[in-house]
Amino acid sequence: MTKNIMIVGVGGQGTLLTSRILGGIATEGGYDVKLSEVHGMAQRGGSVVTFVRYGDQVAEPIVEEGQADVLIAFERLEALRYIQFLKPDGVIVVNDERIDPITVVTGAAKYPEGILDTLRASHTVYSVEAGKKAAELGNSRTFNVIVLGVAAKHMDFPKELWLDVIEKTVPPKTVELNKKAFLLGYEH
Amino acid sequence: MSEKKIMLGNEAFARGAWEAGVKVSAAYPGTPSTEISENLAKYDEVYAEWSPNEKVATEVAAGASISGVRSLACMKHVGLNVAADPLYTAAYTGVGGGMVLIVADDPGMYSSQNEQDTRMIARAANVPVLEPSDSQEAKDFVKLAYEISEKYDTPVIVRSTTRLSHSQGIVELEDRIVPEDKEYKRNPAKYVMMPGNAKGRHVVVEERMKRLAEDASSMEINRAEYADLSVGFITSGIPYQYVKEAMPQASVLKLGMVHPLPRKLIEEFASKVKKLYVFEELEPVFEEQIRSWGIEVIGKELFTLQGEYSANMIRTRVLGETIEAAAPAQVPARPPILCPGCPHRSVFSVLNRLKIHGAGDIGCYTLGAVAPLNVIDTTICMGASISSLHGMEKAKGRDYIKNWVAIIGDSTFLHTGVNSLMNMVYNQSSGTVIILDNSTTAMTGHQDHAATGKTLKGETVKAISIYNLCKAMGIEHVYEVNAFDIDELAEVVKRETARDEVSVIITKSPCVLLKGVTFKTKCRELSDKCKKCGACLKPGCPALTRNEDGTIKINATMCNGCGLCMKLCKFGAIEEVEAE
Repeated sequence: MTKNIMIVGVGGQGTLLTSRILGGIATEGGYDVKLSEVHGMAQRGGSVVTFVRYGDQVAEPIVEEGQADVLIAFERLEALRYIQFLKPDGVIVVNDERIDPITVVTGAAKYPEGILDTLRASHTVYSVEAGKKAAELGNSRTFNVIVLGVAAKHMDFPKELWLDVIEKTVPPKTVELNKKAFLLGYEH
Repeated sequence: MSEKKIMLGNEAFARGAWEAGVKVSAAYPGTPSTEISENLAKYDEVYAEWSPNEKVATEVAAGASISGVRSLACMKHVGLNVAADPLYTAAYTGVGGGMVLIVADDPGMYSSQNEQDTRMIARAANVPVLEPSDSQEAKDFVKLAYEISEKYDTPVIVRSTTRLSHSQGIVELEDRIVPEDKEYKRNPAKYVMMPGNAKGRHVVVEERMKRLAEDASSMEINRAEYADLSVGFITSGIPYQYVKEAMPQASVLKLGMVHPLPRKLIEEFASKVKKLYVFEELEPVFEEQIRSWGIEVIGKELFTLQGEYSANMIRTRVLGETIEAAAPAQVPARPPILCPGCPHRSVFSVLNRLKIHGAGDIGCYTLGAVAPLNVIDTTICMGASISSLHGMEKAKGRDYIKNWVAIIGDSTFLHTGVNSLMNMVYNQSSGTVIILDNSTTAMTGHQDHAATGKTLKGETVKAISIYNLCKAMGIEHVYEVNAFDIDELAEVVKRETARDEVSVIITKSPCVLLKGVTFKTKCRELSDKCKKCGACLKPGCPALTRNEDGTIKINATMCNGCGLCMKLCKFGAIEEVEAE
């Protein structure tokens, strides 16, 4: 059985780091793994999506409509943008934060109201104000690892393995900080 | 047990080149190919460089190959157009040491200006093409490409796509084996391509392609996987994975060499399966050739010429299934934008205010085409900003381009813009060229170039001065302006666009994402002074939004403290504060 995970957000939010931790843990867990990332122009503040798939044998590297088990969203609007990728029983982990796209800033579009309620109408949603928590931790950039911590609670790898993989993946100087951030999410 | 590692496709390509004993590699950055060179540069045994463009890179690889070592050139699909000149003739000369080009196509145009198919150029150039379908094959096929290159005396293209280059998969690592250098012997009949010699070599090229086509049917990388014979797919690369995902029970002919095609093997496969689909992204390269042999296939009439394929495409169009999923939500688009603190935004805000049209180029600054900046009017290819402005002037006269400028980045200027500027000088243009010098090749992820003073290997070298280069062409009016000095910039632009001579304005300010670039301050709103005029919002900085009451709010996490909004505020409602 292949597990399909999507990480979505705004370019620059660190989806790549998160997907690499996920790829690492699936490899450590003895699975075949494929990841698909976005580089280049789309990274410049645009909507970005990363796919992680693991199982006994994985063929395609992307997750398609109706297939995601877990949708990890670093921003509310981005969760809504990709909702059609979820399985009917798929789970959403969302960072409860708003970043206005340029179309909203210029007044060409309106930021939708009540996104979390819309998401909850069809799926199980775990939300976290990761930005606030990260600021409390003293480094606002660790919010993505906090969100990952929340998601990790709903996946089947032991906590110790997560911490082990984080240690191997993040820059050495930031290991302790990222571990703390992960646990903050995991115990959320 | 050998070591296994999860690797990006591009990292696996680099590993393959290293294991194959490559000694020289040259490239110009281009998404989705950039990380091949960046990874290859990490191996001490390999000389790897950023060349100013793909033509140069391919010629560097050709020279290294002629001297007897295995060489590599990497590029994105449109880079192959720039490299087409040496490629077409390298096919005639053949190789000394193995020579491989890794070319990455971009179906879906995640980061490109067109969706061309490298297989088409390879067919025109008479060069064989291999196409891997995951990271493991990316590594293996590069190694095989060197064997083919040396066995058949030809350059070989390994074709990638965005989805392969930027996907990770598990790869089994092997050791590096360096073949002995081929002995160089003077051989003008092979290496001097003047008509008398080239006539002979063209015969060699055609014979070589014929031999490759014959041998293709017995190559292991062209593999028939027979299962349910009622349906068969001919496919390659990433689309192979979609077939395996959607219809694991179907028979599949997986092509590892996609040019030339293994006709015998295809005819045999076609005779065994009842219904035959050709599943290939972009151009109908397989389909048209297979049809020309009198074989009935279903291809582009069911699938598409545009964008990426998927497993769901097979589920819905072949199997007639309905995908169970939520309806897509109606949400505001989030297109890519210039980063907070980007010096390009400052320049565009000035040009927008002066109602200047921009003949644009390839780089982050292409984003100056969209609202609210709306400065860039045209973007064609690398270097075209300068030459197309020149063309407009020659068509419509000097006055017509008084409110136009050419806009090009530092790296793109050195890539091909420099030729266009020579043309402007030579053919007496009066145009104004703005070189946005942010000290890096930004869009592809910050690669060095000839004017940064650093090489791909990290060595410090003499940096070419863009200013002196322009001056050396005899251009009298070359000015360097700080990109954030909007008053001076406006003055210079007004003055130079009015001038009846070529002028160059180099706006200098490093990319805000460049390592080591830090602003000491951030901007903060003073809400009580805000008159809600929106002047600060005009450049479209994503760190600025309006509060419910219409006053401005600055997102402190996103703000990089460039100060542009503060300069635009006439009411002193934005202040500078010390950054954390």
